Amino acid sequence: MALSGIQIYKLLPQTNCKECGFPTCLAFAMKLAAKQVELSSCPYVSEDSQQQLAESAAPPIRLVALKAGGYEVKAGNETVLFRHDKTFYNKPGLFIQVNAADGDIAKKVAAADAYSVTYVGLEFTVDGFAILADGDLGAAVKAVRSASKRPLILIGDPAALEPGLQACQGETPLLHAADPSNWETMADLAKKYQAALVVKADTLDELADLTQKIQARGVEDMVLDPVPAASPLSQSLAAYVQLRRMALKANFRPLGYPIISFPAATGDPVRESLFAAQAIAKYGGFVVLSEFKPELLYALLVLRENIYTDPQKPIQVQPGVYEINNPTPESPVLVTTNFSITYFAVANEIEGSGLPAWLVVADAEGMSVLTAWAAGKFDAERIAKSIKEFDVASKVSRKRVVLPGHVAVLSGELEEELPDWEIKVGPREAVDIPAFYKQVLT
Amino acid sequence: MPVEIPKDKWPGSIRTVTLGATAADGGTRGLTVTVGGQTALPYMHFEAQSPNPPVVAIEIKSERPEDWSSILTEAWGEALDDPARWAARAQDAGAQVLVLALSANDTPESAVKAVKAVLGASGLPLIVLGPGQPEKDNDLLVPVAEATKGERLALGLCEDKNYRTLVAAAMANGHLVIARAPMDVNLSKQLNILITDMGLPADRILMDPTTGALGYGIEYGYSVMERLRLAALQGDSMTQLPMIVTVGFETWKAKEAKVGEGVPEAWGDWRERGLHWESLTAAALLEAGADIIVLRHPESVRRIKIAIDELMVTA
Ligand code: SF4
Repeated sequence: MALSGIQIYKLLPQTNCKECGFPTCLAFAMKLAAKQVELSSCPYVSEDSQQQLAESAAPPIRLVALKAGGYEVKAGNETVLFRHDKTFYNKPGLFIQVNAADGDIAKKVAAADAYSVTYVGLEFTVDGFAILADGDLGAAVKAVRSASKRPLILIGDPAALEPGLQACQGETPLLHAADPSNWETMADLAKKYQAALVVKADTLDELADLTQKIQARGVEDMVLDPVPAASPLSQSLAAYVQLRRMALKANFRPLGYPIISFPAATGDPVRESLFAAQAIAKYGGFVVLSEFKPELLYALLVLRENIYTDPQKPIQVQPGVYEINNPTPESPVLVTTNFSITYFAVANEIEGSGLPAWLVVADAEGMSVLTAWAAGKFDAERIAKSIKEFDVASKVSRKRVVLPGHVAVLSGELEEELPDWEIKVGPREAVDIPAFYKQVLT
Repeated sequence: MPVEIPKDKWPGSIRTVTLGATAADGGTRGLTVTVGGQTALPYMHFEAQSPNPPVVAIEIKSERPEDWSSILTEAWGEALDDPARWAARAQDAGAQVLVLALSANDTPESAVKAVKAVLGASGLPLIVLGPGQPEKDNDLLVPVAEATKGERLALGLCEDKNYRTLVAAAMANGHLVIARAPMDVNLSKQLNILITDMGLPADRILMDPTTGALGYGIEYGYSVMERLRLAALQGDSMTQLPMIVTVGFETWKAKEAKVGEGVPEAWGDWRERGLHWESLTAAALLEAGADIIVLRHPESVRRIKIAIDELMVTA
């Protein structure tokens, strides 16, 4: 937890020598508490104090970064329990598991590595691969590396892991897992190869015990696997919530690490999807999926994006007139709001239909059509204002404007606001736009 | 090293609301369903018991839906043409509550007929929704309320511009109402105040905070639900109502669920994607505090019941 100015003052030499550029140690301490100066400006801080100050400045949940081939997957550094309090920062990494004993690792990995999907203009991919050492891990790592450069999670006992680590030197992989029986060897291995280390125990008591011992042995980057495989969803939820609370509310260092989840532990694909969704919404840091299944991956990537969107800043697009499929003066004008999800839903439909249109995006303060309308941010006046402001009349010969079906009630008022325009009411949902366009506008 | 888990203790609790009335209470339902009663955040069994598990409802329609995804119409087949058959099938599929959505084509007579047919075909508690046009809703739901006096149906949707008629009909006939506000904590609260001010007891109101599907604003609904639940536990009485979310309605209009052609290959298998869209939206909202989840596909119902069973396991 961050120290107050007075607490910091007590750790300083208290000689008021002024070398830091401040008249007193207390003045310097206050600046330090406000994070406006660096501790290194004082040449006289004792080593012990330095360590205490560094610890207090550390985030309550350690940031752990897995690295390889220019990719970096980060987890930790979170500061809130609820996304509405601020925001969640580091999106849980989604890893696909392969088994060393499988014959076609390179092929499987290549397909997943090439995966790319677009959502509201953002491009998503898989974050990395987990390899189970049920065969020669060294060979398996090489096979994966022939198809992907993304970060790795290596799963197995210490003897099986070492050949894998030798095959990916220079990277920061994650090792799974140190437990009460093998933690010393695992810690030494993690240290030797500069890997991050998963710590696994069935209770939080044991877990806290282990992380402290492992830290004392020289490993800093740890990740927690806090529940037995195949625990019911209530148990994983409780454990994840407790870990987040311990870190944020009690600043309890031994449990201040990101969490790894294995949703496929029971082998049931339905459970895998449910647990993966839980881990994304509630505090997971790395999520290992059993297979590359685009339909599940896409759903989880979208969920992750939604949950990790900054709630203070809804994703917006610039208000204006957007040209879709090279519209001509004959093409219709469609209106929507500047909430990005709304915009992309509408724009994608028109684009996909191949039909030309002018899309007017009104400034509705980043809200969807229905929400903006309820909040008074998307009314006839605003729509008319946008159409005038963006000089849409100069672009078209036939003045036709299509309102979203959800705000059909505005058509009367809009006729008054835009007397020389033909007002049409479109469908409520974007997905129905192409059919509407073909029926009504052509 | 013994770790001391921080436990929250809340001054407030969620009201319990019971849907449906059996013969003993003046209705004809075979069973009743009670939701609410929580004194802690969802599924924090280490802090408090969760008295009533959330329930799954299936949405059926008074007339064959014209714009439903073929994934859905294939699942229900010919039952789509007959609300009574559909109700029985939905009960077999695991519904604990039925939601009958009336159509804009319904007349008061056809609406009452459909409601009666559904009540006759299944002993489950019933929610009846109007077509979503204020005047039409009132035209249909008032006669429905009268014709089913004492059944303890839930009628919806009450919105800030249209709640009086519906609330009066529910009050006069022993029903409940669903109060829907557009993803806003204060608007939800205000509407609940307006409704209770008319004299309907708060334990006859279900709150619909409005939700978005995965990819279409789920995060707004999710956070509003978390905030409503926190406010309720902190003691704000006008937010202490169980929450109902219309997940099936929202997700099956999303392109990802609805459509199989002309979509990116990266979206994967259509049917499975649709089921993920519905069940993962539902799973996320369950953990945000949903008490009644309204779904459309029987397979999603099966999946969400697995989630609920697991979430209710107490250590
Ligand atoms: S340099 Fe250090 S000892 Fe000197 S005044 Fe600044 S804080 Fe105090």
